[in-house]
Amino acid sequence: MSVSLTVDGNKVTVPDHTSVLEAAAAAHISIPTLCRHEDLVPKGACGMCIVKIGGQTGFKRSCVTEAREGMSVWTSSPEIRDIRRGILELVLAAHPADCLQCIKHGKCELQTLAERFEIRDLHYDRYTRGLPVDQTSLGIVRDMNKCIGCGRCVEMCNETQTVASIFFRGRGADTIVAPTIGKSMGDSVCVNCGQCVVYCPVGALYEREQIDEVWKAIDDPDKIVVAQIAPAVRVAIGEEFGLEPGELCIGKLYSALKGMGVDVVFDTNFSADLTILEEGTELLGRIREGGPFPLITSCSPGWIKFCETFYPELLGNVSSCKSPQQMLGALIKTYYATQREIDPARLVSLSIMPCTAKKFEARRPEMNASGLCDVDFVLTTREIARMFRQAGICFADLDESAPDPLLSGYTGAATIFGASGGVMEAALRTAYELATGKSLARIDFSEVRGMQGVKEATVDMDGLAVKIAVTNGLGNARKILDTISAANKLGKPSYHFVEIMACSGGCIGGGGQPLPNTQAKRARRMEGLYMEDRGLALRKSHENPEVKRIYAEFLGSPGSSLAHKLLHTSYLDRREAASASS
Amino acid sequence: METAPKTALEGKAPSPQQPETILQDYPDRRDTLLSALHEIQRCGARKSWITDQEISLVAQHYHIPLAELDGVVSFYKMFAREKRGSHIIRLCDSLSCRVRGSLDLYHHVRNKLGISTGMTTQDGIFTLEIVNCLGACDKSPNLMVDNTLISGLTIDAVDALLDGILEAEQ
Amino acid sequence: MNERSRISHFANSEAPLDIARYIESGGYVGLMAALGKTSAEVIGVVKNSGLRGRGGAGFPTGLKWESVAAGEQPYLVCNADEGEPGTFKDRFILERAPYLVLEGMTIAALAIGAREGYIYVRGEYPEIAKMLALATEKAKARGYLGNDILSSGFSFDVAVRVGGGSYVVGDETALLNSLMGNRGYPMLKPPFPTEKGLWGKPTVVNNVETLAYVPIILGLGAQAFASIGSVNCPGYKLFSLSGHVANPGVYEFPMGTRLRDVLEKAGGVTGTLKAIQIGGTAGPIFGPAALDYNLDFPSMQKAGGALGSGAIVAMNTSVNMAHVLEVTMRFFAQESCGQCFPCRYGTRQLDYMAHRIALGLGKVEYLDLMRETATVMVGASFCPFGQSVALPLKSLLDEFGDEIVSFMTEQQYLKEVSE
Repeated sequence: MSVSLTVDGNKVTVPDHTSVLEAAAAAHISIPTLCRHEDLVPKGACGMCIVKIGGQTGFKRSCVTEAREGMSVWTSSPEIRDIRRGILELVLAAHPADCLQCIKHGKCELQTLAERFEIRDLHYDRYTRGLPVDQTSLGIVRDMNKCIGCGRCVEMCNETQTVASIFFRGRGADTIVAPTIGKSMGDSVCVNCGQCVVYCPVGALYEREQIDEVWKAIDDPDKIVVAQIAPAVRVAIGEEFGLEPGELCIGKLYSALKGMGVDVVFDTNFSADLTILEEGTELLGRIREGGPFPLITSCSPGWIKFCETFYPELLGNVSSCKSPQQMLGALIKTYYATQREIDPARLVSLSIMPCTAKKFEARRPEMNASGLCDVDFVLTTREIARMFRQAGICFADLDESAPDPLLSGYTGAATIFGASGGVMEAALRTAYELATGKSLARIDFSEVRGMQGVKEATVDMDGLAVKIAVTNGLGNARKILDTISAANKLGKPSYHFVEIMACSGGCIGGGGQPLPNTQAKRARRMEGLYMEDRGLALRKSHENPEVKRIYAEFLGSPGSSLAHKLLHTSYLDRREAASASS
Repeated sequence: METAPKTALEGKAPSPQQPETILQDYPDRRDTLLSALHEIQRCGARKSWITDQEISLVAQHYHIPLAELDGVVSFYKMFAREKRGSHIIRLCDSLSCRVRGSLDLYHHVRNKLGISTGMTTQDGIFTLEIVNCLGACDKSPNLMVDNTLISGLTIDAVDALLDGILEAEQ
Repeated sequence: MNERSRISHFANSEAPLDIARYIESGGYVGLMAALGKTSAEVIGVVKNSGLRGRGGAGFPTGLKWESVAAGEQPYLVCNADEGEPGTFKDRFILERAPYLVLEGMTIAALAIGAREGYIYVRGEYPEIAKMLALATEKAKARGYLGNDILSSGFSFDVAVRVGGGSYVVGDETALLNSLMGNRGYPMLKPPFPTEKGLWGKPTVVNNVETLAYVPIILGLGAQAFASIGSVNCPGYKLFSLSGHVANPGVYEFPMGTRLRDVLEKAGGVTGTLKAIQIGGTAGPIFGPAALDYNLDFPSMQKAGGALGSGAIVAMNTSVNMAHVLEVTMRFFAQESCGQCFPCRYGTRQLDYMAHRIALGLGKVEYLDLMRETATVMVGASFCPFGQSVALPLKSLLDEFGDEIVSFMTEQQYLKEVSE
């Protein structure tokens, strides 16, 4: 069913239950908002979206008012403009006016609206809250002086991700968003997924930058900077330079990294293939031995900390494989160093990730296979784009180049790691062939692809019905985890293999990706990865020649003791943190 | 319907009970949360705030994430998560009290105790708060000491009240 | 006029918990009448009585009951979160006639089909909460509450809950959030609580005074109540008189009584009347012309004000209106829940400007800026709280703006002289 209404005199027909705001958009009228986001539940906090509705008194919030048949809506009038300007002035009077220094400069929704409504001077006396900036987290900085209280981060953290690390605190003008009293971002239950950062309209929550440290390493003649690039970065970084979401930019990325002075460029896709060999072997081992099931993937560091904090009883189910980032980091400082006869202490391992949680993962004390940090610095997609701009690199116009050999070759199975369902699909492609010795006829597992939060399937593996589940977004993970936990307690089977990614859509929607990082953009990035997969000659991890070579020359076989030493890890029960205040 | 737990009252005689024991009386239904918080805030001798350990117990009991629970606690002005005095003086400064002298009373109490609103005396005996209405405007000006409403205040009456508490504390 | 049509008739300050005395004075007559009727008939009586909610908004009580969505077991909630400054009539009722409220709740529950009810008492009334808990026990022991009330087959139980110190929680949707152990944020409407309220179930929230008149209406009949007071706003009403009044206290008058008559009954104003606030902090501050206003919902609305909770604060010429402005704006800033931008930031700025003015540091430009802020808040605040700042603010500036300006000028002069 649909309803017809007029917006500023324009007739428009929209489906039932459409908000007035969306109906206006259908009539090509953009109603300003500061709190609403297309991916989130509208809450009506900011009041910017007020409109006049014929026959009704006062103004109505268009984000939470349903369009009705015959409605006449007026979205702009002297009164409405004055009120909107008034709200902006009120917000700005309480806001530090440091736009030029702000990380969100140019991407800030408050700044954009202030410009749109021509707030040239403020009638109010300014005030600042003088709150200390919370720099305790390795992934996320929290600056409540800039918070406008829209509540998007609270919704992401509590409802979408169900981490519940931050919430509103205090009331009235003193309201802030904060972890529990006595805790900071660094020692709270925060898993560093960065979805709060993604949805923050201003500069109140942002990634902890490591740009200066990386420049220092690049500029140090004694250091050899070795970079790796995660699968999801290649289909998103173009957005920072005016390209479309999903456009494959890996060749440009190799060129740009070399151009800014990185010495060696590898690709995390290589270690994604390696992960499949290690994890696939682990899976086949469990199938042989009858469990424990399910095996759960371990690539997503946000998910790992989530499991350690909220489901430590399932840590035995989680694959012992390090994430591809950490695997490659470990190999750079061991295998690569040996091969090239370089003192590993001279190597600076830099990874380019779509993710804020990777910054935390890299600093986990157990991640030091060579005795040194596997990964020294983690830059998000946004940070590396800033560095390219600082270096004067015209990214969009770059020629494509190739990475350095040894740890960079990859198959289609690796590139889809960046999308929810990708690890599962890659693992199935390899596990099937390793288990059965037969070649897969159909290698596209479309049932595990796509943006849905929970995907389930049963895959026939030569007579064995393998039950699998794929989830993205931690709230969705909880649904599956509760099922697993309950089944485990009863000693009943649930699934054989489960893929969990902390962020909606998988890594392409990670907390470090270009802004805006909406569901719609994530879907397009996802398409970009599957397109690359389709175009590659090799699409199964075990067919990767460099992977074959590293096993032959260095690691032995998947699951070997050296592989275990370098490529596997252990986990920590953090349940205490969830229930103890301080 | 589940039997209602006994109504907990903020500032009733300090309960010697342990927070664990107190929580046993409350079903895990959030409608009892504020009542439980009132009682826990007053558990143990001379206490008027909720400790970290107590908030953890409440969070576990009601299955509420800690950050959210602190979000609830910090919304309501009668609760505190930081140490306060053993006696909370809530001085009313509603319009009805203001026109009958509450500002003079506030200045007097401020000078006498050496603290302004929101602060605690150094000896840890008094915390002074200004509130917006105690609902006894016919007998204004008013204040509440812990759970007790005291009306028709004069400066002398306030002096006697504070001195009496000090004496009892020493 | 029948004495039993007034709440005051049932008020017993010596032994409020003595249920036998309550019954002697005519208590539970209304409940017994209601038990002989169907739900629809009870709602019909309340509708015909013309009873309007006494919490402040004046919504017809019968209509609210009737709008309870069918299908799920509804809840009944008595709003005893009396936080409106200058208001103490709910305290009066609860301290003197707790059974009248419990009886009203039982009748309301019968009408809407509720089995469970809550009384949400503000945290600042701990003694009252304690008393209500005792009263429910006693009523239960006598069969007036609990299982199979008076062998009618109807069961209804009441639990007492206390608040934690928040004015906004007096709003019915915020109260429900608070009752569910949440931050006391008002909720979006629609859906209204009668469709989706406590724990997502249909819920009726009625004020203490509203519920206290319900047994009276059932006992005497709709007509008896409807014939009292104003035509479209009938019955008695409790007024809380405070400030510069000779005998402050709670007074019960028929709706529509002139303010002058109400004040006279309280012994008149001490000193010379300068200003009067009606309806609570969210009500306008009038000059002496208000003495001729009729106190009921429609008349006060016509006068540009609101009857609100029936609070009446009289101020004589000793009062500095800059202080009134300061107290009022501070109230809004301290009590804003902070959920929406216009109110969160607007109340902060209003408080700041009013405080500066009272300290003698104000600027004349503040007055216009305060008005503009109020316009933003009226237009774009999420709930009535933020919208209501305009009435007291604009009335203060309209009626007493000159005084505030000369106060500022004088302060400025004194400062310059002392420098």
